[in-house]
Amino acid sequence: MVVAVEFSAVSRHYGVGDKVVKAVDDVTISVAEGEFFSMLGPSGSGKTTCLRLIAGFEQPSLGSIKIFGKEAAGTPPYEREVNTVFQDYALFPHMNVLDNVAYGLHVKGVAKPEALKRAEQALEQVALAEYGKRRPGELSGGQRQRVALARALVNQPRVLLLDEPLGALDLKLREQMQLELKTLHKKLGITFIYVTHDQGEALSMSDRVAVFNRGRIEQVDSPRNLYSLPKTSFVADFVGTSNIIGSELAQQITDSNQPFSIRPEHINIYDNQKNVMKVTGEVADIQYHGATSKVEVAVNSQLLAMVLSNTENTEAQLPKIGQKLTLCWPQSRMVML
Amino acid sequence: MLYKIKQSNIKMRFKSKANNDQSPTWLKTLAYGGLVFLHFPIVFILINAFVAHDGNNTYLTLKWFSAAFAREDVMSAIALSLKVASVATLLALVMGTMAAAALYRRNFFGKEAITTMLILPIALPGIITGIALLSAMNILKIDPGFWTIVVSHATFCVVMIYNNVVARFRRMPHSLVEASMDLGADGFMTFRRIILPQLATALLAGALLAFALSFDELIVTIFTAGHEITLPIWLLNQLARPRDAAITNVVAMMVMLITAIPIIAAHYLTRGTESIAGSGK
Amino acid sequence: MQYATSLLPTTSNPVLRWLSNTLYRKNNLFLFLLLTPPLLWFGVVYLGSLFALLWQSFYTFDSFSMSVSNDLTLDNYRALFDATNLDIILRTLSMAITVTLACACIAFPIAYYMTRYGSRAERGFFYIAVMLPMWASYIVKTYAWTVILSQEGILYWGINHLGLSSALNHVLQLPAVGGNTLATSNLGRFMVFTYIWLPFMILPIQAALERVPTNLLQASADLGARPAQTFRKVLFPLVFPGVVAGSIFTFSLTLGDYIIPQLIGPSGLFIGTMVYTMQGSIGNMPLAAAFTVVPIVLIFIYLALAKRAGAFDAL
Repeated sequence: MVVAVEFSAVSRHYGVGDKVVKAVDDVTISVAEGEFFSMLGPSGSGKTTCLRLIAGFEQPSLGSIKIFGKEAAGTPPYEREVNTVFQDYALFPHMNVLDNVAYGLHVKGVAKPEALKRAEQALEQVALAEYGKRRPGELSGGQRQRVALARALVNQPRVLLLDEPLGALDLKLREQMQLELKTLHKKLGITFIYVTHDQGEALSMSDRVAVFNRGRIEQVDSPRNLYSLPKTSFVADFVGTSNIIGSELAQQITDSNQPFSIRPEHINIYDNQKNVMKVTGEVADIQYHGATSKVEVAVNSQLLAMVLSNTENTEAQLPKIGQKLTLCWPQSRMVML
Repeated sequence: MLYKIKQSNIKMRFKSKANNDQSPTWLKTLAYGGLVFLHFPIVFILINAFVAHDGNNTYLTLKWFSAAFAREDVMSAIALSLKVASVATLLALVMGTMAAAALYRRNFFGKEAITTMLILPIALPGIITGIALLSAMNILKIDPGFWTIVVSHATFCVVMIYNNVVARFRRMPHSLVEASMDLGADGFMTFRRIILPQLATALLAGALLAFALSFDELIVTIFTAGHEITLPIWLLNQLARPRDAAITNVVAMMVMLITAIPIIAAHYLTRGTESIAGSGK
Repeated sequence: MQYATSLLPTTSNPVLRWLSNTLYRKNNLFLFLLLTPPLLWFGVVYLGSLFALLWQSFYTFDSFSMSVSNDLTLDNYRALFDATNLDIILRTLSMAITVTLACACIAFPIAYYMTRYGSRAERGFFYIAVMLPMWASYIVKTYAWTVILSQEGILYWGINHLGLSSALNHVLQLPAVGGNTLATSNLGRFMVFTYIWLPFMILPIQAALERVPTNLLQASADLGARPAQTFRKVLFPLVFPGVVAGSIFTFSLTLGDYIIPQLIGPSGLFIGTMVYTMQGSIGNMPLAAAFTVVPIVLIFIYLALAKRAGAFDAL
């Protein structure tokens, strides 16, 4: 396996003295060549700073960043074999679409006819061949996004960095672009590093996901493992929804004060099943979500959420607010935190 | 003069909503009366430039123009003012842009002091700037002349450029610069191919305003000009020669035009640039 | 592996590339290089001159030999409080205050009309119509007024035709206001000052009016206030900082001017003309320098007052 990008104990600090902000705090990761790697986290968690460190817009305060085995610190962005798709697309407003895409080739000294030819091909690849003469301001958000993609890819980067590229698009378009990006990744075989705060996006597209929180990495894993085997309560909570059971309630349910998490869809209504954990509470709220209904059950003062299918249950069969309800779940589904 | 700076990059920020209310007549009269007051001396000068008296007859003519252009003192004053304004604008362009590039994004200790210092020559009454420069010239035994005028003008023109350019820099998403470098352009290439085209209209607008400011400057110039006669100084001297009034009127009109045209041009150049600069969401 | 041969930049001049890399890595060096020329210019040329001026205000002027010596003294500052000099300061100050008040009174209706009642096109027209005279040549405007105010001028012509010449004569005989003719009276000087600085008052007021949300006025009307009450209780307090902002300009510009007092009005000196005469024909640079401190101090006092009125947010 060739390592494309490697972070060794990288930190990025801003400010001095008491007011130091640790945007990235002791991060170690390695991204394999050809991988679709996502950095997931809430805003301000350090994921974008990590991307900017790879691109070369920022320099690490501590630690080392290697791109294909070569130390990257001190190398300016224009000498790195990576390209970026910006969150705001950053298309040059004074150039038309074709010149935007050809820009990277121009500045690297590719002859003009050749550069324009390759730029046209790149535009074709993103289905915008007819838009070359337009100005970026005349395109829709989705079209700008594709131009930004073409502009980066025409340089044949070994690593493509994507900074929340779909953040400004509406839901339908976003889902369509997710699919296209994934297809593109398979076709090109290069490394994609994808920053997002949308856990659904990260799970559906990536080979591996790094979950960021407050400048640190909480967990790096495959989407499946992140969801089913979260290592920290932050991951359990941020990736999908989880019921986090603190030590007090855990003591009451399991006779051990080890906190754990349990996904709402793994909770059932107790019906004499064998080998299950169970707890009784009072139904506090029922929310209708189309295919499913979410039932919130108050146990002591904590709310546990469970999901019931609306196709299997009629409205009359659903529990009522105020009703006592005993919940259960298989022990194997509990994730110890 | 300070407010001219302020105005130099303020757009017409009008409410989009139309005003439907009927205005009281007295208010409308006062408002338009005010406009008449503001324009009547200017119109007066414009008309006077074309009027000749011949005995009891008054008629329109262009003869004062040819008379003015034939005067060597007029032409040399115009030439000097154009030269001073051009060189001062050029110097101000370089320094104002450098200062703007250094100050628009970064925060550091002393930044406030630097911006205050840039505004000072235009915030203090001109007489103070003028006499201060003169006293320094006296101490250093520098003879006043073309270059002292240029230096004094460039000093108060810098802020004109700075203000326009810094405003444009702030509206330009920094991601454009990053994108250019990301795509392989080094600092110089990024400056030439991305930053400069983005700044172009702001630079031009700032330069036009600086030019107009310098071309028309009198208060500071009197102290730094020595025996040189710029166009405003020529006009001032003319006030002691009432018999020459016809020529003075023509020159006054030309001064007005030479300053008004750049002002209007600059105004249109900086209008609605917000929507051009941001290409993202 | 089809993309393994990435493009690396090759074209740029190696010297420039080296420089670019160095500046990229040493961000502070880049900042330093950018700031050095303007800082040198302003620090040395401009601030240096100001200090030279200030320093000279402590020199000694020997009125006997009409020469300046380097002996340091406070006499020049003491001289500011002589009766004649104090007179000059008070004369200038009172003119600055009167002009400011007049500008505010004339500017407000113009600004109010254009923002509240003007159609979109009308507002654009007003804006340009105010901006152009502001930028029009100072000396040309002043020159125009010397012609207009002269005894053969259009103003006298109009007044005579309206049969108001005796009324004008009465006005010109008033103490403080009058003079022999309009062009040599304080009234004339006041008119020119008001004219020249008026646009500097209109635009800040207009900006302040633009910032008042229309629904505040509607809310006031909705709560039962009559238009006059809405104006007094809601609109004016909100616009007042704009008026103060404009007054900063009219006040300090009048205070520092030395061309208009030379050309129009009675013979009594202004601060500006005093400075000009002292350094020019008399050669008493130390006293001239001390005199320049007066407008600076007055302006700073005024700015401090204006800041308390919230004028800086209205700029």
